[in-house]
This record gives sequence, structure tokens and C-alpha cells, in this order.
Amino acid sequence: MNTQIINTQIVNTEENQHIISYKMLGIVLAALLVLTGVTVAVSTVDLGVFNVPVALLIASTKATLVLLFFMHMKYESRVIIVSFISAVVFLGIMISLMFFDVAFR
Amino acid sequence: MNATESFYNTPSPPGLKGIWAWLLTHDHKRIGIMYLWSVGFWFCVALCCGLLMRIELMWVGKTIMGSEVYNSLFTLHGVIMVFLFVIPAVPSIFGNFFLPIQIGADDVFFPRLNLLSWYLFMLGGLLAIVSLFLGEGFPDTGWTFYVPFSLTTDKNVVLTVTAAFILGMSSMLTGLNFITTVHRMRTKDMGWMQMPLFTWSLYATSWVQILATPVLSITLLMVIFERVFAIGLFDPGKGGDPILYQHLFWMYSHPAVYIMILPAMGLISEIIPVFSRKAVFGYKGIVISSMGIAVAGSLVWAHHMYTSGMSDVAIFVFSLLTFLVAIPTAVKVFSWIATMYKGAIEMTPPLYLALIFIYLFCIGGLTGLVLGAAGTDIHLHDTHFVVSHFHFAMFGGTGFAFFAALHYWWPKMFGIMYDFKKAYIGATLAAVGFIFHYIPMFILGMQGMPRRYYDYLPKFERGNFLAGLGGFLMVIGILLMFYNLLISFRKKKGAPQDPWGGTTLEWSVPSPPPLHNFVEEPKVKEYPYDFSEVIARAQDAQDAQDSEEEDGEKDR
Amino acid sequence: MEKKIDKTGVRIGMWLFLYTEIILFGGLFVLYAAYFHKYPELFAQGGKELNRVLGTVNTAVLLISSFTVAASITALQRGKKGQTIALLLFSICCGALFLVNKYFEWSAKFHHDIFPNSATLQDGPDGLNIFFGLYYVITGLHALHVIIGMLLLTITLVLVIKERVHQDRFQLLENSGLYWHLVDLIWIFVFPLFYLVL
Repeated sequence: MNTQIINTQIVNTEENQHIISYKMLGIVLAALLVLTGVTVAVSTVDLGVFNVPVALLIASTKATLVLLFFMHMKYESRVIIVSFISAVVFLGIMISLMFFDVAFR
Repeated sequence: MNATESFYNTPSPPGLKGIWAWLLTHDHKRIGIMYLWSVGFWFCVALCCGLLMRIELMWVGKTIMGSEVYNSLFTLHGVIMVFLFVIPAVPSIFGNFFLPIQIGADDVFFPRLNLLSWYLFMLGGLLAIVSLFLGEGFPDTGWTFYVPFSLTTDKNVVLTVTAAFILGMSSMLTGLNFITTVHRMRTKDMGWMQMPLFTWSLYATSWVQILATPVLSITLLMVIFERVFAIGLFDPGKGGDPILYQHLFWMYSHPAVYIMILPAMGLISEIIPVFSRKAVFGYKGIVISSMGIAVAGSLVWAHHMYTSGMSDVAIFVFSLLTFLVAIPTAVKVFSWIATMYKGAIEMTPPLYLALIFIYLFCIGGLTGLVLGAAGTDIHLHDTHFVVSHFHFAMFGGTGFAFFAALHYWWPKMFGIMYDFKKAYIGATLAAVGFIFHYIPMFILGMQGMPRRYYDYLPKFERGNFLAGLGGFLMVIGILLMFYNLLISFRKKKGAPQDPWGGTTLEWSVPSPPPLHNFVEEPKVKEYPYDFSEVIARAQDAQDAQDSEEEDGEKDR
Repeated sequence: MEKKIDKTGVRIGMWLFLYTEIILFGGLFVLYAAYFHKYPELFAQGGKELNRVLGTVNTAVLLISSFTVAASITALQRGKKGQTIALLLFSICCGALFLVNKYFEWSAKFHHDIFPNSATLQDGPDGLNIFFGLYYVITGLHALHVIIGMLLLTITLVLVIKERVHQDRFQLLENSGLYWHLVDLIWIFVFPLFYLVL
């Protein structure tokens, strides 16, 4: 355990020392760039009603990769995971309940 | 330094003197006190606005002001009351002061961020004042800033809306601080189910503050963009939909009313057990219902929009969801009554005000159902019925809970006790005045008198006149309560560490508390409302008194 | 006075702040959802008028910069100050490149009389006006956040150089990184919704 006294504060390196390797990060970046290519390619094909869902699905996959690995969420406590999902659910509620109005005018 | 030295004498960071010991403090207790005076100031300003409005309305036609002034006045009253009083009052004053103590911590997690929250609060208030005097004057749109009028009126909408934006930031940061504090700074042995209900209510509130306030932020930003750039996102002439503004606005402002009421209810959940000398009924139920209200409250916003032109499907869906949110609220009211049942009631001003809260808030809640039902709402939307409903809920509810909090925690915050008799008289006058002020408005609303109207049909004059009289009585009662509290500083009647017989941790520390809150390690009870010790102490005191009297008799 | 820094608590605080940013942009996505439902063809038409190449390049730039920011944390955790500085510097440059691209995009549009309340948009179909209105508001607000992110990363860079942020005390780097990733996350959704609309 590595401790130093800096400005009368004792800091230590016990917590969350999970280090993601450059290799892992690189793989994630590669996946993200590939997915970007995929979403651009798919957008040249008209899938009708599936256009938006597919685009959002790919975007969500990319976002999940950024969250899990670049933002370390894979190694975070339950508080952060649950609260993040709650924030997204809240956003989902806002959009979906609003559609009861907009889609039925 | 004496371990029990009051925090008033020990600035933090140390070495600060005079006003700087306050303006640069990191101490959550000092920050709570600063909020007390600033929030109290805004309450008084908005109360005056309200009284002036009601004087104007006491007689048909012009009474003391013109119509444009009236429109700006009700906007000012709403903006100040909502953003500068009802939303911050209980969390920022009493939450800041007592949440850390209740969980056995020595401060909040981010003390400097806490101070920033206060400065943002002051900045927002300052901008609101400035917008009164610049240019064409304070907005006349109502605190809801509905488009298209908020985009076309020539008043200082941008400045006022910026003030509200900054106040939103203050609110979000407070919520952020409280959540982190509750998660990371609970003392040893204080598990989630050992936390007091006030802390739980602040925790639930903080989540709403974090998730809902940003919606208001973006909505207000959109108003600014539209006024400055005329993009047309809410302008039907350019392809926009003004109803979307209402959706976005109420997506925040409905959860906001739960920000207003949850801490108030948490407070009542503290007061009722203490003065019933009995454990609160249904602790888990109250915890779950607090979180449930926070969640359910985010599903019902469009019940403010039944007559806006939205789809019938939406009207049906939101009306149905609105009825659901009444359920957890009822759980709480039931629990309070069940707590008092077969308890050993001791009447004190905090309990008195808490009982008034229950009565007034229930009227507010029940009339909310009338409005939540779409069918009846068509008749009552934008009438004085609505005005009365939300004043019963926000004022009879949170307002009176605020008074109750003052009377409950005054001895702890200042180490002095106030006069009970004046407190009772003030509270009674305020409550009676409140009823005479707002009940006529229900009737006026049902008879068809619109809200936000400067003038009205002659048939409404009697009701408005009566309401005005009630208003005066109410204000007298409130001023008496405030006066009573303020003169306690002069009378300096000392208050003990635990004047009420409370079981939560703030009653185990000196009045007022020392800088780091605790003199000895806080002892957490397995159940936070375990009154066995309190009852035992009271019994011992009673026995001692009895045996003294017996001895006295024997000696004769 | 000894005081242990609760790193998890600091991180929780930062994530809570990120949620407010997510919901802030979320409100704009609510508007997008409603209007896309109302004007699907015109949104597609508007999308075609945006520069796909620049959009894709910008997406890649932000993704790469997210990688370098995450890598800079790894570098600092391993005590490699030099690598950390290089990676941070690269990330900030990526941000600058993004903004330069955005400048070219916007000025091209301005040149074609497509900006808020312009005559072309006023006279044209409503749906196009709404599309570009949302485009400017969202990408504008996003660009503001890119600038803030760059500022945070720059401050962190300076403190890394001064060794005030180092292997045993790097919450500032972590939190600035989280902010930067958020900026990337928002763009991941903005890109298909505006540039790849069909």
C-alpha cells in the first residue's frame, strides 16, 4: 500500500485501483469505430419503420461500450449503475408518455 | 477549545472573523442559518405581494393598482414563492442543518459545494430583484412562462428566467450533496433502516431535484433562445408546437411539487412520534411511500394540460396515473394517525402545527383528486379552484410544515426557547385566517371565477371580499408567530439539549451543537423511534417528583 | 488534521452531476422525438443537407479522444506522467479539431442562408425550419460542452504537469474524463439522429 502525507492529508491507493489496459481500451475503440461505420452503411439502406430503431440500437451499443469501459462503469458500485439506469428510464418515460399526446392528436 | 463550544463561536475554516465567518463558512449549520434568513426574507416579500393582490381583488374594478401591475405582481408572487421559498425552505434550511447530524456525520460530503449552492441561491434572488427594475419591468406571464406570450411580451423575461435557471442549479447541487452524504457518511451502525424519516424524505427529494430540475433548465434555456433567435420551436407559424413547451415545463414542475412536499412530510413523520411518545406506525411503509411518491410523481405531469389541446388518449392516461400517486400519500397520512392512536399525546406548538398541516394538506390532496379527474377538471381548470387547491397543498402543507420545523428545531438551532402561548395564538390565527382566505376561492372557482384575472364579475365580489379579510387574519397570525420566535432572542430563555424527548441524533447533542456536531460517539438505536428510554426518563422524573411530594406530606 | 479522501463518494457526486447533463440534453431529445414524428420526410431531407463526411469525421474524432482520455487515466495509474501529458494533450487537440469542423459546417450553412430565423428557413417548409432549429440548438449546446470539457482537461493537464494530480490522487483527471466521455456520449446519439436520418 502506497501512502504519502501531502498537505496533512493522508491519501492511499486502496480504493478502485482497477486499471484498464491500453489493449482493452484499444479493442473498445476499434469496436466503436466499426459500429460507426456500420451505422453509416446501414443509413444508406431504407429499412422503413426500422430506420430509427436500428440507428438508436447501434448508438445505444456504442454508448454502452463507452459507459462500461471508458467510463469504468463495469467496475462501479451498484449505486452508480442503478442510478444511471434510473436517469435513462426517466428520460424514456418523458419521451414515451409525451407520445400519448403527440401520436394521437 | 471546549468540546461542547457552540458552533457560533467556532468558525470553520478556522480563523475567520465577523461576517466572513459566515460568508466563507464550510459549516453546514451556518449555511443552514444563512438560508434561514434569506429564505425568510423572500417569504415575507412574496407574502406582501400576495396580500397586495388580494386587497386589489377585494372590490370590483381598480382598487389599489392597474392591471399591468397586477399581472406582474402575481408573476412575482409565484416566482418568489415557488423558486425562492417553497422548494428550498425545508431542504436548504433544515436539511442542511440537520441531515448530517441525523446520520451521525460531521458535515455534508461537499461542504464548499454547499456554500456555492447558497451563493447561487442569492445570485438567483438578486437577478430576480434586478429584473423588477430594468427595462419594461417584471414579466407578466405568470410563473409558468407559457409560450407564446412569454416569447412576445416586452417585459424582462430573459432576466427572470435566468434567475430561475440559476436557482435550479442551486437546487441540483444541494440534491447532489445530500445523496452523496447519505450514501457515504452515515455513522457506524446507521444502516438504511436506522435512518430517521426526515433524512429518508430528503434522500427521495434529492433524487427528484437531480433528475427533474435539468428539464426546467433546458426549458428556460429554450425560452431564452426563442426570445433571442426566434427559431420557432414553439411557434405554430414556423412549424412549432406550443403544447410541447407545456409538456417540458410540467415535466419538471410537477415533480417540483414533490420536492416541496416530501421534506415537509418527512418532518411531520418526525414530530408526530415524538409528541405521541410512540414509535411511528409503519416506518417501512413511509420509507417506501416516500420513494414511491418520487417515482410516481414523474408520471403525471400532463394533468396540468387537460384543456391545452393535447390528445384525448393523453388526457385519459395522465388522469389514470394521477389517481395512482394519491395512494402513497394516503399511506403516510394513515401512518401518522395510526401513530397517534393510543399514544401519550403531549401538546406543543410543533405538534399543533403538524396537526394543522395534516388537516390542511388533506384538503389540498382531496381537491387535487377533483382536478386530477379529467372530467371535472374541464370545468375547473384555470379557475380559483385550482388556486385554492395548490395553496392548501403548498401553503397549508409545506408552509405550515415550515412553521412547524421552526418551532420544533428552534431550541436546537439557537439554544433558546420561545413563548408557547403566543405560538399557539399565532398558529390558530394563521390557520383560521387560512381557511377563511382559501375556502371561498373553491366556491368562487366552481362558480366560474378565472384565476390570474385582475377584475371579475360583480357576483364574485362577496367571496373575494371575505377571502381578503381571511387573508389579513392569516397574515396577522403568521407575523405573530415570527415575532414570537424573533423576540425569543431578546428574552433568552435557555433551552435544554432535549426539550421534547426526541430519539433522533440531533437531540443527543448540545443546543446549539458544537462545530463537529457530536461531543461523544453517536449511539445509533436499532430502531430510530424507540421511545423506551424517553419514557423511562419521564417515568423516573415523575417518580422522583411523586416521592418528593410524599416526603413532603410525611413531614407534615 | 488527517482526512481520508473518499474517492468513491467523489465519483458518486460526479456521476450525479452527469445525470443532470444527460437530462438537460434529454429535454432536447424529447423535442426531437415529437417533431420527428410530425415531420419525418422533411427531417430526412434536412439530414441530407448536412455534411455526412464532416459528421462522421467528428464522430471518429470524439471517439478517439475518449480513448485517449481513458488511456491517460491508465497512464497516470501506472505512474507514467509523460504518457499522461501526451494523451491529454492529444485529447484536447481532438476537441479543438471537432470545433474547427463544426465551425466549417456552420459557416457553410450560414452561407446558404440556413440559420435560425433566416429567410430561407422562414419561407421554406415548417419541418425543415424545425429540423435546423433543433440542429443549431443541440449542436450549439453540445459545442459549448466541448469547450467546457476542453477547459477541464486543460486544467487537469496543468495540474498533472505540476504534479498536483498524480498516481495517488487523480480524482480530477477521472472526473474531467467522465465529463469528456459524456460529451462523446451525447454526440453518439446526435450523429445518427441528424446526419443519418432516413
